Amino acid sequence: MVTVSMTVNGRQVSKEVEDRRLLVDFLREDLGLTGTHVGCDTSQCGACVVHLDGKAVKSCTMLAAQADGASVKTIEGLADGAELHPLQAAFKEHHGLQCGFCTPGMIMSGADIIARHGSDLDEATVRLELEGNICRCTGYHNIVKAILAAAGEMGGGMKQAAE
Amino acid sequence: MSVEGIGARVARKEDKRFITGQGRYVDDMSVPGMKHAAFVRSPHAHARVGAINAEAARAMPGVVAVLTGAEMAADGIGNLICGWMIHSKDGSPMNMGAWPALASETVRFVGQAVAVVIAETKSQARDAAEAVEVEWEELPAVSDVLGAIAEGAPQIHPEAPGNLIYDWEIGTKDEVEKAFGEAAHVTRMDLTNNRLIPNAMEPRAALARYDAADDHFTLWTTSQNPHTARLVLSAFYNVAPEHKLRVVAPDVGGGFGSKIYIYPEEITCLWAAKKTGVPVKWTGDRSEAFLTDAHGRDHVTVAEMAFDANNRITAFKIDTIANFGAYMSLFSSAVPTYLYATLLSGQYDIPLIHCNVRAVYTNTAPVDAYRGAGRPEATFVVERMMETAARELSVSPAELRRTNFIREFPHQTPVIMLYDAGDYEASLNAALEASDYAGFAARKAEAQRRGRLRGIGISCYIEACGIAPSKAVGSLGAGVGLWESAEVRVNPVGTIEVLTGSHSHGQGHETTFAQLVASRLGVPLDNIAIVHGDTDSVQFGMGTYGSRSGAVGMSAISRAIDKVEAKAKKIAAHLLEASEGDIEIADGEVRVAGTDKKLGWHEVCLAAYTGHNLPDGMEPGLKEGAFYDPANFTFPAGAYVCEVEIDPETGHTDIVQFVAADDFGRIINPMIVEGQVHGGIAQGIGQALLEGCVYDEGGQLITATYNDYAMPRAHDLPSFRVSTTETICPSNPLGIKGCGEAGAIGSPPAVINAITDAIGNNDLSMPATPEKVWRALHAAGGGLREAAE
Ligand code: FES
Ligand code: FES
Repeated sequence: MVTVSMTVNGRQVSKEVEDRRLLVDFLREDLGLTGTHVGCDTSQCGACVVHLDGKAVKSCTMLAAQADGASVKTIEGLADGAELHPLQAAFKEHHGLQCGFCTPGMIMSGADIIARHGSDLDEATVRLELEGNICRCTGYHNIVKAILAAAGEMGGGMKQAAE
Repeated sequence: MSVEGIGARVARKEDKRFITGQGRYVDDMSVPGMKHAAFVRSPHAHARVGAINAEAARAMPGVVAVLTGAEMAADGIGNLICGWMIHSKDGSPMNMGAWPALASETVRFVGQAVAVVIAETKSQARDAAEAVEVEWEELPAVSDVLGAIAEGAPQIHPEAPGNLIYDWEIGTKDEVEKAFGEAAHVTRMDLTNNRLIPNAMEPRAALARYDAADDHFTLWTTSQNPHTARLVLSAFYNVAPEHKLRVVAPDVGGGFGSKIYIYPEEITCLWAAKKTGVPVKWTGDRSEAFLTDAHGRDHVTVAEMAFDANNRITAFKIDTIANFGAYMSLFSSAVPTYLYATLLSGQYDIPLIHCNVRAVYTNTAPVDAYRGAGRPEATFVVERMMETAARELSVSPAELRRTNFIREFPHQTPVIMLYDAGDYEASLNAALEASDYAGFAARKAEAQRRGRLRGIGISCYIEACGIAPSKAVGSLGAGVGLWESAEVRVNPVGTIEVLTGSHSHGQGHETTFAQLVASRLGVPLDNIAIVHGDTDSVQFGMGTYGSRSGAVGMSAISRAIDKVEAKAKKIAAHLLEASEGDIEIADGEVRVAGTDKKLGWHEVCLAAYTGHNLPDGMEPGLKEGAFYDPANFTFPAGAYVCEVEIDPETGHTDIVQFVAADDFGRIINPMIVEGQVHGGIAQGIGQALLEGCVYDEGGQLITATYNDYAMPRAHDLPSFRVSTTETICPSNPLGIKGCGEAGAIGSPPAVINAITDAIGNNDLSMPATPEKVWRALHAAGGGLREAAE
């Protein structure tokens, strides 16, 4: 057993877990944060993506112990209180989700993509960078649209100025 | 069109919980005292199950119980069933082998469960499952259909000699043969429809609880049809009587057919919950999903089409062998018969058709309906044939289709279906225009200058949805009726709950169904709740598959609304001292037409519940139900155009344009409909380019992870250009045809027609991987040279 402590969605948590506890199981089962999903066992689907110290990671592919001392943000912590993150709002507006199972991972990956590229994002880049996230429902069409729309909105001033 | 009613692009009501991580999927749930299940599965494709030694496992930390198939059989748990009886052409019933939820004697595919471990935690259960020792006696196995029907093949079930489940036919063989004798041209093709693994992103899961005091079970499960699950679990598996079993399908993360069926794991969890006295949860991992979810497609077909001198089709004959895997899954028998052969007329006026289907056991996972179910296989056959015939006859593929389109409705095909409405030329024209088909030659020439091979392919599909008149399916062998139920419950304050037997696992029912109610009763969307997926709330229902929730599920709601509306009008007429015929309901008001006399909707609702002043003899309350049984199937149809560019050096295919023009009848929410088409096309392109389930000869699944089974990812796909044409469906009150499967049905032949056009070799099977395309290109003689020139 090992004691892990980290900040999750701004809250300090500390628990004793099995050495082999995956970060995703720690979040889902020990903390009850079931918004982060498990869609595969080979690190391929991205349903489990969370932000670790500001970077998108697959929480099924690291141990809880490896996240000791880190700051983790999950889908539950993305909105600012009642105010949705622009990407959450864009997923709704552009119908970027159907069954919703891939959605938390898609949004966390999308937010990371936007953070790294800002308003320079284009469709080809979004599609390429979503390589680690699988959606079986949407055909990605509206996911890509939602990410581009949110990127435009979040860095919209810059982009319009440049045009 | 109102901003919220029928036809409006309303953002989904259900989205909030999914985008904030508040979805409630089965694996998100837990109940006090819950333990975890892990299954002991066969590593062999075919083996006798010998002694099971669980002593070591039982002694491991956290283990509550290890239960085996022998114990399950002793408790009288029934075998899994196939719910659709098919008779062979000699009149004999299909040969169905027994499928116990936990095998105690023989296993017939890799992954079949023989025992279950219940333990405190998931990891403990898995550790202990690994420690269960099973003595296997390996038997010879066969994984492909041709091998399975060959002389001397391993015999899989004693009930099915030669591994043949049925040998079925439809149509008029002698007349077809005669027409072939008189044909001016015959096109012949060998076609394989590749086996697919559905891969809904949420793996299957089940949580079962037994309350001893009430002798009552609850099952939370990843189901597309919880009522059918309850019926089958109680009537056939003897788990519990229906009134003692509640089945809940909460948020479900995609289904595509794979969550219609009642699988061994749900049965086992229910049984184990009672046996051990603790709630039991099982959540499959992706590897288990690959091994044990019902797979799709897997047909081997020979097709021949006869034409007269005017390029009109005179006859069509098809011989198909369908791989059913090791056991007959719930609807498996209907897929290559009534969902496949009955659609082989496509959009064309074909006077004579004969189709023979042999269903065959192999040592692979069971095969059943997967998005489209039979109709993608039929469309692939028909549309590959049409494109090929056009090439052979040197006419344009669009022209050959036009020559043969059905133009008058209703149209009776020679294979049961009565097409009620359509305009196939309209959707073809729309697709050709949107894709600038006329400008293709210039684009091809431009691509050639860049050293790329460009091709274009058409597919004109038809499907039968809204399954189906209960009487009709009953006469064809279905074990259930295929109506739908609805209940519209108006509360005293005027808000509304709609209880539906349809189930949403991504389709957006909470929004579209509410739009219908909003349109009809003038109530804002926020005041309407859609309740589904719980056998305790909803009286009964047949669930969601076969694109039936709009055409059948919403029709039931519409019928219930008719009754609510009629009663509300009676009450209002009484209160306003007007005649019932003059009352209109709109915008939250109930008015006397042409006057300023009116009541608020909520006032009428309240009056219904106070009962202080109702017409004589009227019961209080405002709640009505309906069971709607469709008059016919519905027939969505459309035209898809795919344009590809091939890199002749690598064989890699880029889809540079994909255009869809679909006729879905009346559309409730265009945004949701487009989303359904996008997703369907992605699955169809996946089938055409990427996805192929591979078993080795001994029945080991080679493609058992996302490393080996290529799922379509964002960069494999283009943005799609989708549009609709509209002919109203005359067979249901809303004019809806259904849209859930079209994309997956229409797209594979469009892609393959485009690639074969580009490479000049028609001999190409799915998935058209770069290697296959490269080989086909070079077999055709020098794509490289041609492109370079
Ligand atoms: S669950 Fe983490 S990548 Fe699939
Ligand atoms: S919305 Fe269902 S998997 Fe993406």
